[in-house]
Amino acid sequence: MSAVKDLVTIKGVKDGLIFILDEHCDYEDLIRELEYKLENSHQRLLSGAEIKVHIRTSNRIMSDKDKERICGIIGRSGNLIVASIDNEPVRKRKSGLKVHTGVVRSGQILEHDGDMMLLGDLNPGGIIRTSGSLFVMGALRGMAHAGKDGDTMAVIAASYMRPTQLRIADVVSRPPDEWDISDAQMEFAYLVDGVMKIDRISQFCHVRPDLFSS
Amino acid sequence: MTVGEAIVVTSGKGGVGKTTTSANVGTALALLGKKVCMVDTDIGLRNLDVVMGLENRIIYDLVDVAEGNCRLAQALIKDKRFDHLYLLPAAQTRDKDAVSPEKLKEMVDELKRDFDYVIIDCPAGIEQGFRNAVAGADQAIVVTTPENSAVRDADRIIGLLEKSDLRQPKLVINRIRPHMVKSGNMLDIDEICSILSIDLLGIVPDDENIIKGANSGEPTVMNPDTPASIAYRNIARRILGDTVPLMVLEDKPGLFKKIRKWFGLGK
Repeated sequence: MSAVKDLVTIKGVKDGLIFILDEHCDYEDLIRELEYKLENSHQRLLSGAEIKVHIRTSNRIMSDKDKERICGIIGRSGNLIVASIDNEPVRKRKSGLKVHTGVVRSGQILEHDGDMMLLGDLNPGGIIRTSGSLFVMGALRGMAHAGKDGDTMAVIAASYMRPTQLRIADVVSRPPDEWDISDAQMEFAYLVDGVMKIDRISQFCHVRPDLFSS
Repeated sequence: MTVGEAIVVTSGKGGVGKTTTSANVGTALALLGKKVCMVDTDIGLRNLDVVMGLENRIIYDLVDVAEGNCRLAQALIKDKRFDHLYLLPAAQTRDKDAVSPEKLKEMVDELKRDFDYVIIDCPAGIEQGFRNAVAGADQAIVVTTPENSAVRDADRIIGLLEKSDLRQPKLVINRIRPHMVKSGNMLDIDEICSILSIDLLGIVPDDENIIKGANSGEPTVMNPDTPASIAYRNIARRILGDTVPLMVLEDKPGLFKKIRKWFGLGK
């Protein structure tokens, strides 16, 4: 059994305990192991003074009910108090790229949940919003917003980058105050620590090596 | 029976030369021997009759026809300077919503039976007046000037035209001042075409004769030698399907070579 990875890892820190819950396994398996550990192998935890517990669930997608159930199991034991539960899964990227052809003109809005490729121009006054990344195989002269639901890893690439405004997640940037644009090169915009940067497309693999690897 | 073609002249922005273009293109087509009827859809702010010098001959107007006060033929004003040029004037006392798009389409369809070309002068804006004007049209001419604001509005209009199934509208760039383009103080034609990405139908230089003609009720195109007149005649010939090279506004050779080629492709 030692080869099997623990689904529930309990670590002691200065102000209490951290429960690290596996993010990939079946939810019921997780609950079973949590109950088992609390009731059998780690029973010594249950006696003694009050201990604060921080729960880390990483990227598991959980409903409020799921979270309550875990808090309930831990709280059942009396002296364990759930101080925090962090669960902010990174939105799962939708697989596949939506391809749109045509010019997005002034006053037109294109929205998509996922990644999008535009075969055409985005004109001044036109808007494209995607929850994922945006690739414009033409001139980007309008307003592009990638990662509209808060995905800071999203990028905006364009063959001809002359935007009115770029937004990634909550960061708004407009040229040329914040970055320079070069001529005749395909470029992409991305976020580093909340600041928008622009680079040549050839740098993509260094900046976002994992964006499209599953 | 052959049916004529209805062409709407529109722009979004006001003051870029829709009415001037309608008047001159209509007149130029009439000069080329076509039967032409111009329809002013700018209800409440009619102008086309003034520019054509036909204001004092209006008896019935477009709204009268729509409301059944007269027959369509009664409202048409014949321009006596030409064999086959007519005007259907707009009402000055009413509002854009005095006519519905369906009603206008009916009228235009009726006119198309008697005329080779029905030129519809569209009001500025994107509201009811625009929807009315576009309703009966088979083709669209988008007029813009080399200014960012006009180009932006033209782009918006092209989007709306495409939505109402008037695909592939044609572009007229009006009021070009060659020396300003040359010095880089005015958007150049290449740039406008690359943003709007539709076929270029013609370019018209800024010409004082236009103002003179509009005030005297004589479309510039009747005067054969002014630059704007030549430009409008060229546009009319291109509408008829001729291949006419773009005007060279400056003696610099090859300045518009690229567009000329483009036009050849876009035809």
